[in-house]
Amino acid sequence: MKGLTYFSIALLFLILIGLIYKSVPILKETSFGNLFFSTEWQPLKMKFGLLPFIISTLYVTIVAVVISVPLCLLTAIYLSEYADKRVIAFVNPLIDILAGIPSVIFGIWGIIEVVPLVRDYIAPAFGTTSSGYTILTGGIVLSIMIFPIIIHVLLEVFETIPEDLKNASLSVGATKWQTVKLVILRKAAPGVISAIVLGLSRAFGETLAVLMVVGNVIMIPISPLDPGYPITALIANNYGEMMSIPLYDSALMLASLILFVIVLVFNFISRRILKNIERKIA
Amino acid sequence: MKKETEILVPLMTEVCDEGNICVEGLNVYYGDRQALKDINITLPAKKITAIIGPSGCGKTTLLKCFNRLIDSIDGTKVTGKVMLNGEDIFDPHADVIKIRKKMGLLSQRPYPLPMSIYDNVAYGPRIHGIRKKSELNQIVEYYLREASLWDEVMDRLNTPASGLSIGQQQRLCLARGLAVKPEIILGDEPTSALDPISSAHIEKKFVEFKNKYTIVMVTHILRQAIRIADYIIFMYLGEIIEHGPAHQVLDNPKDKRTSDYIKGIIS
Ligand SMILES: Nc1ncnc2c1ncn2[C@@H]1O[C@H](COP(=O)(O)OP(=O)(O)OP(=O)(O)O)[C@@H](O)[C@H]1O
Ligand SMILES: [Mg+2]
Repeated sequence: MKGLTYFSIALLFLILIGLIYKSVPILKETSFGNLFFSTEWQPLKMKFGLLPFIISTLYVTIVAVVISVPLCLLTAIYLSEYADKRVIAFVNPLIDILAGIPSVIFGIWGIIEVVPLVRDYIAPAFGTTSSGYTILTGGIVLSIMIFPIIIHVLLEVFETIPEDLKNASLSVGATKWQTVKLVILRKAAPGVISAIVLGLSRAFGETLAVLMVVGNVIMIPISPLDPGYPITALIANNYGEMMSIPLYDSALMLASLILFVIVLVFNFISRRILKNIERKIA
Repeated sequence: MKKETEILVPLMTEVCDEGNICVEGLNVYYGDRQALKDINITLPAKKITAIIGPSGCGKTTLLKCFNRLIDSIDGTKVTGKVMLNGEDIFDPHADVIKIRKKMGLLSQRPYPLPMSIYDNVAYGPRIHGIRKKSELNQIVEYYLREASLWDEVMDRLNTPASGLSIGQQQRLCLARGLAVKPEIILGDEPTSALDPISSAHIEKKFVEFKNKYTIVMVTHILRQAIRIADYIIFMYLGEIIEHGPAHQVLDNPKDKRTSDYIKGIIS
């Protein structure tokens, strides 16, 4: 066990070092501003502006979390505080199944169901037209994909709240809903944040389903109904092609490094928060 | 130690006097297991009643029936009546909120709500519609004084309640319960997690409160029952074996199981 742990830590560092090593050439050749604040991505002209990709990644992720978190919170509250034991026994495996569905299936579902929904209903409702391949579409698909992980963490968090604490609130005449709102959610707040962060870090890294529905147009998306081009899609679509272009490979490695660091940081933060909760409860 | 006051308890009569808690034919099941078996008892108003008995005999269950916290446990079944001021607590049309408001609860370990000291005491009143800051200030101070906590916390009312010592937390929970003006205080081994001084604090409060509140307290500490109880109920395996004025049950138990328990043979 110990050996395996060290092995995975070593692997993590090896990947990190590899990515940094491969990113060095482009960092040397191109100015910081031209990499991170430029919207021009023209590899043949040696222009590698990563901004559209970074913004798209953040945008899709945030849309996904904004859609997902309220639904997950309500679901978790219902399951842990209101639902019958039989409902929980029935729903829990379903959530696990959702977690196990391959990404590509979500992508196809996105193309068949969500793209037309956005194209035919949501965009017209806001008075615009759209191909349906948008940030919003990616966000909706992604929100369903991060559902299971967020719900799982939330259920565990709610599980740790002592029955007697709820009773303390009920015993002064609070209703169940008041108890949920004023006591349980407050007590669970750090855990809720950690669930959100975990969902975020999962969402950042998700590739296939998103790239199938998000449009892959290199531009800075302003409205959620604009198309976008997340970092993961950039890497997946282009790595291995056009590698003869100088620095192209290095630019993609830099993009990977950015993604890797973002995910690492978010994972680290959520772990810290979870540890804190566990310590407080013990 | 002996108390001279004889208490007139209307045992098993048709009438349930104002303030008394009259339990009639109460049965409680957790799934298939019966935790309370045909409980019939009247708990006298404005007295301290101690419920004693070995672990698992149903003391907590009985308390949870009084404020209907038993409702929130999955798979329970309750039959029988608990009458209070002419109303059956288990009447399907009974207002659970109103019932719970009438009863303050102290649990085995203090559970301050995850908010400030002030907000803990103001929690109940706010829920029941009091919004005015000046009124809340008054309530908070009054009940913190009632629980003898005011002097210790007056300069840090807005700090988290979790920063208090366990003994202080339990007094805070007392103040929180009192702030909704209950008639009854239910204590489930309220001193078992506390140090001797904090325990003495709570005991002293209970004795002081006797004329204002009906107090029902579960305890594992016989000496505590001797010190403060007027009336004692001894339970065993989900049944009430014996009950009566404290000195009678403790000094002249009629049932062998009671005397065995008091002697420490069953515990
Ligand atoms: N939530 C529950 N589900 C199933 N059975 C329960 C539950 N709570 C209590 N019981 C059972 O009911 C019986 C009475 O429990 P109760 O907690 O009322 O005992 P108690 O007298 O308060 O014990 P203690 O002195 O240990 O607190 C016990 O046999 C217990 O195992
Ligand atoms: Mg108990």
